[in-house]
Amino acid sequence: MSEYENPRPHYRLWPPSPETITSLVTIGIAVACIAAGFAYVGGYLTPQRLTQARIIDRFEQINGVHPGFRRNHAKGVCIAGTFDSNGNGTALSTAAVFEKGTTPVTGRFAVAVGKPFVPDNETEVRSMALSFRLRDGEEWRTGMNDIPVFPVRNAQAFYEQMLAARPDPATGKPDPSRMQSFLAAHPETAKALQAIKARPFSTGFANASYNSLDAFRFVNGAGVSTPVRWSMEAVDPFVAEGQAGVNKSSPTDVNYLFDDLIARLAKGSVQWHLVVTIGTSDDATADATVAWPETRTRLTLGTLTIDRIATEAPGNCSDVNFDPLVLPAGIAPSDDPLLSARSATYSNSFRRRAAEAKTPSEVQVPNVTKGASP
Amino acid sequence: MTHYQFPAFSRVLHWLMAVMILAMLFIGIGMVASVTEYHWLLSIHRPLGIAILVLAAIRLLNRLVRQSPPLPNGMPTTMRFAAHGSHVLLYALMFAVPLVGWAMLSAARYPVVLYGAIHLPPIAPQSDQLYSILRTAHTALALTLFALFLAHFGAALVHRLVFRDGVFESMASLRSGRRER
Ligand code: HEM
Ligand code: HEM
Repeated sequence: MSEYENPRPHYRLWPPSPETITSLVTIGIAVACIAAGFAYVGGYLTPQRLTQARIIDRFEQINGVHPGFRRNHAKGVCIAGTFDSNGNGTALSTAAVFEKGTTPVTGRFAVAVGKPFVPDNETEVRSMALSFRLRDGEEWRTGMNDIPVFPVRNAQAFYEQMLAARPDPATGKPDPSRMQSFLAAHPETAKALQAIKARPFSTGFANASYNSLDAFRFVNGAGVSTPVRWSMEAVDPFVAEGQAGVNKSSPTDVNYLFDDLIARLAKGSVQWHLVVTIGTSDDATADATVAWPETRTRLTLGTLTIDRIATEAPGNCSDVNFDPLVLPAGIAPSDDPLLSARSATYSNSFRRRAAEAKTPSEVQVPNVTKGASP
Repeated sequence: MTHYQFPAFSRVLHWLMAVMILAMLFIGIGMVASVTEYHWLLSIHRPLGIAILVLAAIRLLNRLVRQSPPLPNGMPTTMRFAAHGSHVLLYALMFAVPLVGWAMLSAARYPVVLYGAIHLPPIAPQSDQLYSILRTAHTALALTLFALFLAHFGAALVHRLVFRDGVFESMASLRSGRRER
């Protein structure tokens, strides 16, 4: 017969023997050490550590809390269409989206500000976010901006720059001395901002080109990994803003960017070419503030056709987090630290807005626009 | 005379899962508090969590078909109740935490990627509100699991160092099976 080693264990703890006290204290210390380790890893003991929650707190501190909206790129509209691949990408990546054929796409155009009711003329950066639905349930999400480089290298710099660029409540303008000291500490940002300021604005969403800015890696069937950055290059001819007579400082319509897009789509679909720039071992993949040389090989992989547009609503793009690290096999992250930071931060933004009651979006697409809701 | 002991397979499962679950709790709490380590930790978190779910199913079946050693005779009723109750809860959470993780990603319409092109189908309809509830539940259940783990760990040591009733040894022994002594 089986039995326990000690046929008469003592389950009485009271009155405790000195030995029992020592044992219980030892056990208590062991349990407390594990709990403390957990709290440390979770950031509870280091309030100064930069976390996704603190970055989103800062967005809220600067822009206010607008329940239900994205904490950045808050004002936007949903789009849908298709991507036609020409097959050129298969040499670089195994992703099914690059095989010759068509992939359905949904997405979102937005202005890069955390205020959902900001007038369009107060914005400087426009964005295109896309979700490619690959066959077999894989997905590729990407968020791109119409600037040539990103102003900062990493999340810490992003966090500090947000505060430096924050408008002073008294003057409504950022305090120039704060920005100056930030730029003195971040010469890469000073350089990037020059390149960003030098770029001409397009008149709208349809004739702007959008860049991944972050580097990624394409991995092909032989396992060869190639550093890349990608762009959606407008097929509509570029027209610089001042040139077309649209005066940025006094628009007649606070939603002119979106209304122009709706009008443009009413006339017919809009196209972009997906172009990848192939990096070499000389090109920094971990620094989105630096452009790669103009001489790098650029390969066109296909054409994006957007033919539908709809107001943000439950179930469409409004419920999608365009996390740049939702990638299919064949596209991998690079060592760019912004990528993990974006993924983490967007997740926190998504979590907060998903829990909140929704307010109707500023951008309302009239029913007359053709096509089904994206 | 032999000593009460869990079957070797049960012990292997127990210790393997103990390490995996504790690692998952630390990975989970660490990734949501780190911008730089978030992505690679989450890439481990999903497949490891699903592995725990699979092992939990195997373990439950094993538990139902194989005899577990009885608790020692002299053990007070309240202590027996606490032991059984906490074990039932541990089993429930081994299923609930990963299932809720999978369901919440489904509700948020994320692809549930395990590795490369390998991904799981959604197990919940797309819904912001549902995601929000499940996301909160994932945290609450994981923290409950951690608290329960601490209690379980502490109790095991009390059996070993204070009661010396052989309960700790029934799971912690390295002996291959029931052996005469
Ligand atoms: C660490 C730096 C960055 C931070 C903290 C940040 C933060 C955010 C946040 C909080 C959102 C809203 C996410 C959501 O609720 O769904 C967002 C959206 C977006 N971000 Fe960033 N971002 C960063 C860098 C970048 C970079 C480098 C790009 C490059 C192109 C970018 C492009 C976009 C785009 C396109 C969207 C809008 C997606 C949409 O329309 O839903 N961001 N960003
Ligand atoms: C035994 C299994 C698991 C344990 C112990 C566990 C534990 C945790 C913990 C402690 C957190 C942090 C919660 C917070 O503080 O907010 C977390 C977050 C998370 N877990 Fe799990 N988890 C498990 C399984 C899974 C599975 C199977 C999945 C998905 C397939 C998953 C997906 C996630 C995601 C996506 C997050 C949050 C990421 C974010 O919001 O940015 N987990 N988990």
